[in-house]
Amino acid sequence: MTIRDVMDALGARLITGEEWLEREVHVACGSDMMSDVLAFLKDQSVLLTGLCNPQVIRTAEMMDIICIVFVRGKYPDETIIEMAKERGIVLLASGHRMFSACGKLYEKGLRGGAPYR
Amino acid sequence: MSDVVTLRYDVIPGDFIKAGEASSDVKKKLMDIGISPDVIRKTAIAMYEGEINMVIHSLGGYAEISIYPNEITILLVDNGPGIDNVEQAMSAGFTTAPDDIRELGFGAGMGFPNMKKYTDEMIVESQPGIGTRVMMKVNI
Ligand SMILES: Nc1ncnc2c1ncn2[C@@H]1O[C@H](COP(=O)(O)OP(=O)(O)O)[C@@H](O)[C@H]1O
Ligand SMILES: [Mg+2]
Repeated sequence: MTIRDVMDALGARLITGEEWLEREVHVACGSDMMSDVLAFLKDQSVLLTGLCNPQVIRTAEMMDIICIVFVRGKYPDETIIEMAKERGIVLLASGHRMFSACGKLYEKGLRGGAPYR
Repeated sequence: MSDVVTLRYDVIPGDFIKAGEASSDVKKKLMDIGISPDVIRKTAIAMYEGEINMVIHSLGGYAEISIYPNEITILLVDNGPGIDNVEQAMSAGFTTAPDDIRELGFGAGMGFPNMKKYTDEMIVESQPGIGTRVMMKVNI
């Protein structure tokens, strides 16, 4: 599925990255703990998080994550949006809580990685 | 050897906004050099966890990255407070991070395990009251 499909499935709002909406996403990861995210190495993934600070963008940058969905109505400030723009990372905002947001994407066929360890 | 590239950064304690800038810069430089994406990602993640540790847990120090033909070394040296029990600190889930750090998304005690997972060699030396020295190697 593409980032646009993720956006549609969640009824999410696009914050930045319109030019990357047709990129394919292969897997997803949902967490508010960045070290959990950093333990998860997968190509072309989307990150769902309720955390909203610059380290979310840095974590995505290190992991080559192509899209971040802020859940629970969280909305990043200008600094964070600018950092994402510079790195070509798509930002989406969803009013859904983490469980529901993940569930909606799972329903559309998106999967997480293998179980931990 | 003339084909060794060395990068050095100061790491400022407590500056959570800037934390990760050094790792980000290393990532860009490795991309410019043409290192493979897989090696870049492992290096960037390991260094980022180490840099975050220095910002959160230490009194500051420096990071030195050397790029050799067959490997990348990441050296992180700080000025204290050091770690009492390194083996315990390296075990999954162990953390002394306060709740306000966890609210920022760190402090799950997975930093060292992640650093170990993504590198081919890791040595942690620490002296309480003096400082901590983390040496990591990623094969190219
Ligand atoms: N540079 C450092 N200086 C002092 N203590 C450190 C340093 N790095 C790590 N530690 C100690 O080791 C523990 C485990 O580190 P880590 O695995 O990265 O987990 P976390 O950072 O989430 O606590 C930390 O909670 C801290 O007590
Ligand atoms: Mg840590």
